[in-house]
Amino acid sequence: MKEYRLHTLICAGTGCVACGALDVKEELEKEIVKQGLEDEVKVVTTGCQGFCERGPIVIVQPGDIFYQRVSKEDIPHLVEEHLLKGRPVKSLMYVPGPEKPPIPTMMDIGFFKHQRLLVLKNRGRLDPENIEEYIGFDGYRGLEKALAEMTPEEIIKEIKDSGLRGRGGAGFPTGLKWELCRKSPDEIKYIVCNGDEGDPGAFMDRSILEADPHAVIEGMIIGGKAIGAHKGFIYVRNEYPLAVKRLKIALSQAEEYGLLGKDILGTGFDFPIEVIQGAGAFVCGEETALLKSVEGKVGRPRPRPPYPTEKGLWGKPTNINNVETWANVPAIILRSAEWFSSIGTEKSKGTKIFSLVGKINNTGLVEVPMGITLREIVFDIGGGIADDEEFKGVQLGGPSGGILTEEHLDTSVDYESLTEAGAIMGSGGMVVLSENDCMVDTARYFLNFIQEESCGKCTPCRVGSKRMLEILDRIVEGRAEEDDLKKLKILAEKVKKYSLCGLGQTAPNPVLTTLRYFEDEYKAHIEEKRCPAKVCKNLFKYVITDRCTGCTFCVRNCPTDAIEGEVGNKHKIIQEDCTKCGTCLEVCPVDAVEAVDNE
Amino acid sequence: MKKIKIGDLEKIREKARRTSSLRQNKARARITVHMGTCGIAAGARKILTALLDEVGQNNLDDVIVTTSGCAGLCSREPMATVEIEDEPPVKYVDLTNEKIKEILNEHIIKGNIVKEYALAIGSERTH
Ligand SMILES: Cc1cc2nc3c(=O)[nH]c(=O)nc-3n(C[C@H](O)[C@H](O)[C@H](O)COP(=O)(O)O)c2cc1C
Repeated sequence: MKEYRLHTLICAGTGCVACGALDVKEELEKEIVKQGLEDEVKVVTTGCQGFCERGPIVIVQPGDIFYQRVSKEDIPHLVEEHLLKGRPVKSLMYVPGPEKPPIPTMMDIGFFKHQRLLVLKNRGRLDPENIEEYIGFDGYRGLEKALAEMTPEEIIKEIKDSGLRGRGGAGFPTGLKWELCRKSPDEIKYIVCNGDEGDPGAFMDRSILEADPHAVIEGMIIGGKAIGAHKGFIYVRNEYPLAVKRLKIALSQAEEYGLLGKDILGTGFDFPIEVIQGAGAFVCGEETALLKSVEGKVGRPRPRPPYPTEKGLWGKPTNINNVETWANVPAIILRSAEWFSSIGTEKSKGTKIFSLVGKINNTGLVEVPMGITLREIVFDIGGGIADDEEFKGVQLGGPSGGILTEEHLDTSVDYESLTEAGAIMGSGGMVVLSENDCMVDTARYFLNFIQEESCGKCTPCRVGSKRMLEILDRIVEGRAEEDDLKKLKILAEKVKKYSLCGLGQTAPNPVLTTLRYFEDEYKAHIEEKRCPAKVCKNLFKYVITDRCTGCTFCVRNCPTDAIEGEVGNKHKIIQEDCTKCGTCLEVCPVDAVEAVDNE
Repeated sequence: MKKIKIGDLEKIREKARRTSSLRQNKARARITVHMGTCGIAAGARKILTALLDEVGQNNLDDVIVTTSGCAGLCSREPMATVEIEDEPPVKYVDLTNEKIKEILNEHIIKGNIVKEYALAIGSERTH
């Protein structure tokens, strides 16, 4: 059997592929052949490593050497120096800050060091299109154990004891949901995996499906056995072509190996899984709407009860869980509830994946143990606020969530603590905001999203969110009146209370939390017609200060010719023509452009 | 592909584990072939190929073969360093294909240092 001495792992998540990872791979394979190393060095494409900001990423094993922003041009040098001569290449390593030395190994990089990988453990270490690699890393051992050694009741007890809660937003205890579905009296039952992932900026479910599709499949088959279900559906949005492709490959491999479909592992248990591609409407992530969509009808929510565990797909008991929830299942069965529940806090067990974005140095996908503080995520993993700006807040839970501030930085990240502080765990969106972000504008962004995604079935959500958006538009444009704030609050309460589904019920949250912590900022917009963060375009202007050296750089770069001035003379912005695009501010070599309040 | 049954998984796992062991950080021993320009000129590539063949034939999935730069003693190339868990590293010099195979069998597999090819036991201080 052929032995390789080195494995080069190339991240082929969507982010790295977009940055040219496949070109890098092609060049790497070519160069390896050129140097005669093809029998010694194996090239493996893996799922997303999470540090997308630094892609394309290449890791060399053994040694755990981490290379970032690798381009095609870097490859010949990398192959000769590291793969042939064994000398890791410093210039491609991660540098944590100016004048800091490069860090060679992955586990010494802050971004990775503070993470705890349970669900994403296989990201970046195995080829998701090769079932044998998954099996080699303990894959399908949980299923084998569940089928050979456990009764359905024992499986459910294990999941209940583990304390696993739904990762799709609400945090409902998973074992309890399974039990309810198992006890629903019906011959035919279904299992669904919710991979709609509609929160703007969220991509953890996509990443799991791309990096480790078998983990989700294995979790579902175990769930099928426990619940007594008869078929599974995985609902993935159409915008995730790579996830769908890998999932389909994984499903057909699992079937070929006898791990899926008829008579699984020779135990007589039948369980097929079908992939359903959704068109990508946010409301279709809501479980009752999603079930309609799987049935081929228009994806609109209906009131609950009855819950899907009683009446789901085609009226049959249906157990629906999120992608990340399913991916947690195999390890719990294999390693025990006790092991899983040793991680996390009293009521929130295990880990949670967040997509860490916004004004932060290290953006990407991070998996952390429950109970970690927001400060650790933002500063130790995220590397702090970009461009040395001041931290202002984090937006958690997407459009249904809320914004927390400086005073919450030491809050423990668990379901209860976050809800108490006014945000939610949600599905794991985490947007970091700095002093240069306007809270009113941020709330408006999320409400605008909701307003466009409202399915229109119920009036409070359809009309209420529209009226709220109109008020926010007036505020950010400087047209608001004194009582608009009061109207906004009343509307927010009504929409929350009377909407039919979770979409409308949570839609006012970003507005309510920004009002709770940043009411001053709303008042500045309404009463003084001023945007303190200088984001809302009607409420500030750019001026050129005496620092101007008259270099004409801004004059030449202004897209609307709104700056006049000659070489050597101080330039001037013609306010009527200025669109506040900020180009002058960016290009000025002497920082002579400033944003100031309107008089 | 024949459908697998309970118990068959273990066989696939064994096979797959071998091909991915480099990624599981479970090495018992590491052999470093020094591949500076001097080492390559003296035939280090051949040594490396012979070593990898031998490791493969013996199914040594807990042994890592790596390369590194010049060891500083260019006149005694090709050279290799053998490191076994909890033991001081041993540097071997003036290697040939036969010698490296013998080192693998004697030192790595059986645990006896091949004194006649060894230059030194232990390493330079690096701190
Ligand atoms: C508007 C709205 C959108 C939702 N979007 C998603 C989604 O994209 N993915 C998801 O797993 N759950 C989503 N949910 C939650 C689901 O309704 C459901 O609670 C979840 O899939 C249950 O799985 P879990 O218990 O594993 O979290 C959404 C809920 C609402 C109200």
